Amino acid sequence: MKIALVGNQNCGKTTLFNQLTGSNQHVGNFPGVTVEHKVGQYRQNKDIEIIDLPGIYSFSPYTPEEVVSRDYILKEKPDVVVDVVDATNIERNLYLTLQLVELGVPVVIALNMMDEVRENGGTVQVELLAEELGIPVVPISAVKNEGVDELMLAVSKTAKNHILPKLDFCRGPVHDAIHAIVHLISEQVKHTSFTLRFAATGLVEGNPEIAEILELSEADIDIVEHIVSDMETHAGTDREAALADMRYSFIEEICAKTVKKPEKSKASMLSEKVDKILTGKYTGIPIFFCVMIAIFFITFGEIGTWLSDGFSGIIDAGIAAIGDWFAANNISDWFTSLAVDGVLAGVGSVLSFMPIVLMLFFFLSLLEDSGYMARVAFMMDKPLRKLGLSGKSIVPMLIGFGCTVPAVMATRTLASDRDRRFTIMLTPFMSCTAKLPIYAVFTAAFFPNHGGLVMTLLYLFGILMAVVSALVLKKVSFSGNPIPFVMELPVYRMPSWKSIALNIWDKASDFLRRAFTIILVATVAIWFLQSFDISLNYIKDNGESILASLGKLLAPVFAPLGFGDWRACSSLIAGLSAKEVVISTIEVLLGPGETLSSLFTLASAGAFLVFVLLYMPCVAAYSAINSEFCRMEQSLAKGRLKAFFFMVYQTALAWVIAFIVYQVLLFIGV
Amino acid sequence: MNLSEVKVGGKVTVVQVNGEGILRRRLLDMGLTPRTKVEVIKLAPMGDPIELFLRGYKLTIRKDEAERIEVVE
Repeated sequence: MKIALVGNQNCGKTTLFNQLTGSNQHVGNFPGVTVEHKVGQYRQNKDIEIIDLPGIYSFSPYTPEEVVSRDYILKEKPDVVVDVVDATNIERNLYLTLQLVELGVPVVIALNMMDEVRENGGTVQVELLAEELGIPVVPISAVKNEGVDELMLAVSKTAKNHILPKLDFCRGPVHDAIHAIVHLISEQVKHTSFTLRFAATGLVEGNPEIAEILELSEADIDIVEHIVSDMETHAGTDREAALADMRYSFIEEICAKTVKKPEKSKASMLSEKVDKILTGKYTGIPIFFCVMIAIFFITFGEIGTWLSDGFSGIIDAGIAAIGDWFAANNISDWFTSLAVDGVLAGVGSVLSFMPIVLMLFFFLSLLEDSGYMARVAFMMDKPLRKLGLSGKSIVPMLIGFGCTVPAVMATRTLASDRDRRFTIMLTPFMSCTAKLPIYAVFTAAFFPNHGGLVMTLLYLFGILMAVVSALVLKKVSFSGNPIPFVMELPVYRMPSWKSIALNIWDKASDFLRRAFTIILVATVAIWFLQSFDISLNYIKDNGESILASLGKLLAPVFAPLGFGDWRACSSLIAGLSAKEVVISTIEVLLGPGETLSSLFTLASAGAFLVFVLLYMPCVAAYSAINSEFCRMEQSLAKGRLKAFFFMVYQTALAWVIAFIVYQVLLFIGV
Repeated sequence: MNLSEVKVGGKVTVVQVNGEGILRRRLLDMGLTPRTKVEVIKLAPMGDPIELFLRGYKLTIRKDEAERIEVVE
């Protein structure tokens, strides 16, 4: 049996899904589109498959989430659609319910958050509501796991008897129009997946897709348009407004009969008080920056470092033990080097980032699930719109200062592919923490008295380049408008720890999968380049390796930037595995008695830092960007090509800007 | 009068939503249909977007979008 969960955003649908499936769930993607959905098995009966469709407010033909959900219901024909309705916000939630009824599929309403309504003196006459709507209604509390068994009972009953909603709620001019069209198209509908009622409503609403799929003749379309314009005259409004109005009028009528609205709950009064401060005119933005600074401080400061050091300590101990075992068992030199110095050390160094990444995601889900993230988007929308983005883009960009990988993954919360792509292309400009060691070593060597200033300038310079790039990209390739900013501001709620735990588990497995695929390959490649010479002899001296030869080959390219030394170039290549490696590589390649000053002048050190700030991100970030681009494009090849061009663009930009910086520094006599 | 001209704290009734396409449909779907009562709760710290209260929930839209919504007191 197949069950689909449908509902508005913030209605508790995901919480219900987690209650029903526990950890028996995985993320799926609809073919061809980036809309994600989760699939799981019912805990108490593995034969029942549950699909969590994206949170939507309506079945309009305008957004991919809405179209995909509708098509899923019509084509995959789940045995029952469970419509999750937030009882504290029943009017707007029932709008989607009426559209489900129009689809003509078996529906059961899960009336969620009923406990909250009751606690505050409200009531919903569940039986009367079910009668009026013609579909079963089961009151539940997803958070407390109440009523869920009853819900599943109603679901299996509906599936077994294949009970369909019988409701006919249209009235007035819209009623006449729909019924006239029903008669007109009854034959054509038979060879489609649509029900008669849904197709007729779609035609009245002016959904162009429906006429096409029905293969209506010119004459039929003329008749439809005639009926509709008649209706518009009688209703005194246009087709879209007339239907929305008809649905909401019917909902108001039902609610008047069955719902006694609760008093303002303590939670919502508290929510309003908190909101006054959190989005206040003078307090809102400062508090937001404080929250972000606190998160960064905890994640990248003492606690995060402690966790990540502990974790890498364990990994290193493991690697050392394996190395000892290899030595004790006389495993050949080159194999030990490949396994221990290449694969284990490389993958291990990336894995040691995992605690930090997971901590960031913990805080982000906390912000998201509590309802604060919607307020951040609300506050930051105006400044970001000037750059062609929308309020929601702020979050991934801020995470970018920590690590580009989770930042790119966080763009999935954005509403449109255009905004997602745009935001992804800006996040690498936010200087990530892995570059911090490079800045630290260089400023200590070259700008000992102005270290803090130089670092701050680098960060600000990255932001400046992001702003400039945004303005250019807006003109060149993202000329369309960001999608309209019409967003619900949900009541602040205590997040569900279970949902957060599952979310973090999701991110962890994603990270692990990445670490053991692309990063593994990349570390082996770098190890190979470092350990072999051109004629593929295994070597001990790094100076003769392929990496060194590549560095020597590339050196002339970087000569105009002031750092045409092969060791600087080799370190930049090695830095592609992880940016910290730039520093460790340079240190390994320096001869006895040499220091950074033997490779760089003051001016070329400045240019090198700017280049490091801007050039293409590490393989982990590249693979994250690549996989997001591939998700968004229809074809893998296209996504890969775009990701590749983006890397080339960044590196080229870094070269040009570093060149300018070097020349300017030379000119002013640094 | 349009919704963007309503002061914070003002309570008005929707007359109609102008414009076309995805934005208009979205506003209608979210419940901004004729005769709906709407209260303007607050402005974002930088003056845009605005926060509304209607049908028992809170909605935020930009001023550009509010301009398309005709209202009366």
